[in-house]
Amino acid sequence: MSKNDVTTGESEISNLDSQEFLSFVLGDEHYALDIMAVKEIRGYEAVTKIANAPPFIKGVINLRGEIVPIVDLRIKFDVGEVTYNEFTIVIMLHVHNRVVGIVVDGVSDVIKLQDDDIRPPPEFGVAFDSRYLLGLVPIDDHMVILVNIERLITSDEFGLLDTQVNSAQE
Amino acid sequence: MSIDMEQFHQVFFDESQEHIQEMEQLLMELDPDNADPEQLNCIFRAAHSIKGGSGIFGFDALTGITHVMENILDGARQQSLKMTIPIVDCLLSTVDILKDTLDSYREKQPVNQEAITDGIKKLENVLEQSGGKKALAIEQDEGFGLFEPVAKEGEDFGFFDTEEEPQVIPGDHLPQSVAKEGEDFGFFAPPEDESANTTNTNLVSGIAKEGEDFGFFEPVNNHSVTNAQVATQDKSKQAVAEAPAKRALKSTPTQSHNESSSIRVDTGKIDSLVNLVGELVITQSMLALIGENRESRDEAKLQSSIAELERHTREIQEAVMSMRMLPVSFVFNRFPRLVRDLSTKLGKKLELVIEGGNTEVDKGLIEKLVDPLTHLVRNSIDHGIEMPNVRIEKGKDATGEVILRAAQKGGSIVISIIDDGAGLNRERILNKAIEKGIDASDAMSDAEVWNLIFAPGFSTAEQITDVSGRGVGMDVVKRNIESIGGRVEIESIAGQGSEFNIRLPLTLAIVDGMCVGVGDQIYVVPLVNIIESIQPQPSQIKSLTKDKLLWVRDKYWPVIPLYDCMAIDNAQLDPADAIVVLIESSKKRFGLMVDRLLGQQQVVIKSLEQNYRRVSGVAGATIMGDGTVALILDVESLASSVDLNKIERLKHE
Repeated sequence: MSKNDVTTGESEISNLDSQEFLSFVLGDEHYALDIMAVKEIRGYEAVTKIANAPPFIKGVINLRGEIVPIVDLRIKFDVGEVTYNEFTIVIMLHVHNRVVGIVVDGVSDVIKLQDDDIRPPPEFGVAFDSRYLLGLVPIDDHMVILVNIERLITSDEFGLLDTQVNSAQE
Repeated sequence: MSIDMEQFHQVFFDESQEHIQEMEQLLMELDPDNADPEQLNCIFRAAHSIKGGSGIFGFDALTGITHVMENILDGARQQSLKMTIPIVDCLLSTVDILKDTLDSYREKQPVNQEAITDGIKKLENVLEQSGGKKALAIEQDEGFGLFEPVAKEGEDFGFFDTEEEPQVIPGDHLPQSVAKEGEDFGFFAPPEDESANTTNTNLVSGIAKEGEDFGFFEPVNNHSVTNAQVATQDKSKQAVAEAPAKRALKSTPTQSHNESSSIRVDTGKIDSLVNLVGELVITQSMLALIGENRESRDEAKLQSSIAELERHTREIQEAVMSMRMLPVSFVFNRFPRLVRDLSTKLGKKLELVIEGGNTEVDKGLIEKLVDPLTHLVRNSIDHGIEMPNVRIEKGKDATGEVILRAAQKGGSIVISIIDDGAGLNRERILNKAIEKGIDASDAMSDAEVWNLIFAPGFSTAEQITDVSGRGVGMDVVKRNIESIGGRVEIESIAGQGSEFNIRLPLTLAIVDGMCVGVGDQIYVVPLVNIIESIQPQPSQIKSLTKDKLLWVRDKYWPVIPLYDCMAIDNAQLDPADAIVVLIESSKKRFGLMVDRLLGQQQVVIKSLEQNYRRVSGVAGATIMGDGTVALILDVESLASSVDLNKIERLKHE
């Protein structure tokens, strides 16, 4: 285990600078998130509702003994039709030592991207808060939206953390 | 191979903590005039273990002071030094210094050298005064305590005293290898140098390298494992030493002079076991559901196997739960010292009676009990118990009595602090309350008056002492106890004493609950809060503006519809068709309107906050037999949140 090995390993990564993303579908839009944040992918199951929570927080489920909140991104982003059937997918994310599930219409692919594949989002004219965007990527003939899922999930808007108790109740 | 000694520090701190507690307790029990040699040995061993460990890790401040302490103790057990109360006092104050020093090391804070030098000086004075036995004691100690007692006691180090002993340690070689090192600990400190030593020291150094030695010093019967392995598998000693070093040996501080057969386990491991067992219970009930719906030749067999499985799972669950339980004596054992100190400080004569120390309480509760109990005991002694002359005047025994009692009563644990002092002074509390602008009047019942002392900033002590009386306490006590789901009740009779009762739930992990259904959701109401459940007759339901009231037990109860609090659709809207659960919280009583009762069940409390956030009106969540999640209602916050809602509504109208 010499020092050299380590540095070459690092430089390989930085040369390619590629990251893997999991792409998913909401309505007819394509999104992708850092695959390292993904814990597992499951089917949608019945949730236990939580009082006074915003509508996009569907409730909580039991994930092998842990109580995990489920967020429906379709409601949050107001895209697609909100239906729940056997094809509805929940991506379990592991961010900030928390487990959160997000409901999506489908999971499509794992994509490997390099820095220069990623285009910046337009600075204005879109409602989507650019803080939560890593960038946009053209793949085949559609646009994939790279989401900074960690920032999104822990944001005030989601009210998943305790500090946002008040704002979520309003 | 360099070893990161840091990883062993925690073990050292934990063990030293226990040794210190043990020393303290034994010193308290020690009768100076007629000292039990076994007790002296135990104290000596505890001091010695701390010295050894601190030497290895270079916590020199501890090493220095325990060394002198050891000399005194050694003198005492050799009977060359006569134990007296001042010596015991001096040793006790040394124990305090050790405690502080250990804390400093643990928190990586600078050590209070002054206190240590001071302590050493005092101890040396003791040694000199008690007849110049110093030289003797030190001389014996040069033998590095590790080996010296082998011949003499055979008890100090479990691993020397078994049958294997001759194979491993030809006794007469030992002093030589020690002599080679010349010094007390030089020997343990640079472990790498040790490889050159004789086989004997190899054994020791191998252990020392692993930072393991305190494991062996423990007078617990874990030796049986370690002994055999060290003796027979010299080669594998690293592995052997490593394994127990991580989460090693445990002695119950209260009983380590007896044979104790406990092991130290990370609470994280137990918690994950609790989780797994919870899962097992769920899987089991799923299996039972499937089994019920199956018809086959083997149906009877299947049913009985499932029944068997159910019993086993329940037993496992109970066993795992009991692992979280510790005897309250863990908390109680610190009080003899406190009482002793306070009695000297305040010039009061005191006797502490401890009852029910074996009552078991959840570990999480134990830790949170320490502060409130300390406060209450101090209060009882400082404010409750009178000075000896006053007591005699009143015709009482000059020695005041404080009783610490723990008992299990039904689903809860009651811890009482009872004193036979002056009792609470109703008049003074009332005056003080009025002075502080607290809403109080003469018409209040005694219980209400006593509760006033829980108001923030309240103190009736005429004189503020450094023991208590600053008025920052009782409100904190109350808050602490409520935070662990408990309640404080006070009873007091003027001139005869007062009694503080702390009522606690048995465990934090499980709650006895009533499952109720509203719409398609299931909620769990803690059973302790439920008075009864009734299906109201239409004639019992009255309305006050928009609120519903229920006439039952000669009272009008406010009715809170759960569907309203939890925003549930498809619920019964008419109280006459629903079920009202009468609930008592610490603040108020009300009826909770639900659709149906689903049955009583013990549920494991899971945290909602871990992945989500706190939800008002909800204490936590649990997993039902079919794997779905049900929320556990927090009756207290439900009551107050509803009240707030009403106030809001009134404002709008």
